Amino acid sequence: MSTTYNANDRAGRGSLGSYITGLILALVLTAVPFWMVMGGLMSAPTVLAGIATGAVVQIVVHLVFFLHMNGSSGQRWNRVAFLFAVLMTVILVGGSFWIMNHLNHNMMPIMMG
Amino acid sequence: MSTDLLTIESTVAYRAPTSRPVKAEEVEHDEAGSTTTLGFWIYLMSDCLLFAALFATYSVLAQETAGGPTGRALFSLPYVLTETICLLLSSFTYGMAMLALNNGQRNGVLGWLAVTFLLGLCFIGMEISEFHRMVVEGAGPDRSAFLSSFFTLVGTHGLHVSSGLIWMAVMMVQVAMRGLSVTNSTRLMCLSLFWHFLDIIWIGVFTVVYLMGAT
Repeated sequence: MSTTYNANDRAGRGSLGSYITGLILALVLTAVPFWMVMGGLMSAPTVLAGIATGAVVQIVVHLVFFLHMNGSSGQRWNRVAFLFAVLMTVILVGGSFWIMNHLNHNMMPIMMG
Repeated sequence: MSTDLLTIESTVAYRAPTSRPVKAEEVEHDEAGSTTTLGFWIYLMSDCLLFAALFATYSVLAQETAGGPTGRALFSLPYVLTETICLLLSSFTYGMAMLALNNGQRNGVLGWLAVTFLLGLCFIGMEISEFHRMVVEGAGPDRSAFLSSFFTLVGTHGLHVSSGLIWMAVMMVQVAMRGLSVTNSTRLMCLSLFWHFLDIIWIGVFTVVYLMGAT
């Protein structure tokens, strides 16, 4: 039965404490990036790195505390589907960036000439 | 205290007491519910790829303003922060509805769903109002490639949230009429996944669109 999908390991396994921890962490991880941009105290590269990190950490917080993802065997298929989606997202977004930057770079002299 | 949901025992506990053979049936129902939530999870992952494509499109076109307004000129960060907090709180209150479901508290489920619904309504109302203001200012989706991709990405998320609100309203009626049946529990679980997933997508939206646009 180890490969059988188990509802207990999905959205059901929450406690009041885990939801409150998740909420507090998410609020902090929302407030800090907004403060970094609205405060205007830091250089643009620092801010970009900061808000990107904040977003990734907040996504993990939501997955762990709201969606209750963990390493248990009952979640194997959820995890496989999730990791596949992450891989595809990285290829899609990263690949688009890569290709379009090259295209922009190569188009530039023609447009100016 | 264990708050595990949809264990066979608790499922039986809050259903009307019936004869013994039904328990075997409950097991089947429970496994069917598990398959349903896994299937729904796989749908959400495919939805994630839809959003990945829209994020890629937006990122590529974000600078193509065609002489029109830029993100920096259009976006109000305090406004977006308020929207974000509404959606985040709604994720938390949906969690509270799930805890009430675990404990078999029908009125608790209905109450927290109503709070979640109102917070979601605030979010979508603010988004529609923002879109309206932008279109009135001449910054509609037809103005530039940047704005086309902006309205597509943020609008698609908004449509998802609207669908979630309709689903939530239907679930409130279902729970009010039929109580916390096994079927309703499975549906509430799927809606829970959907709602938390939309909040995760919104993290990407406010970071990539609004915060990076204003940097």
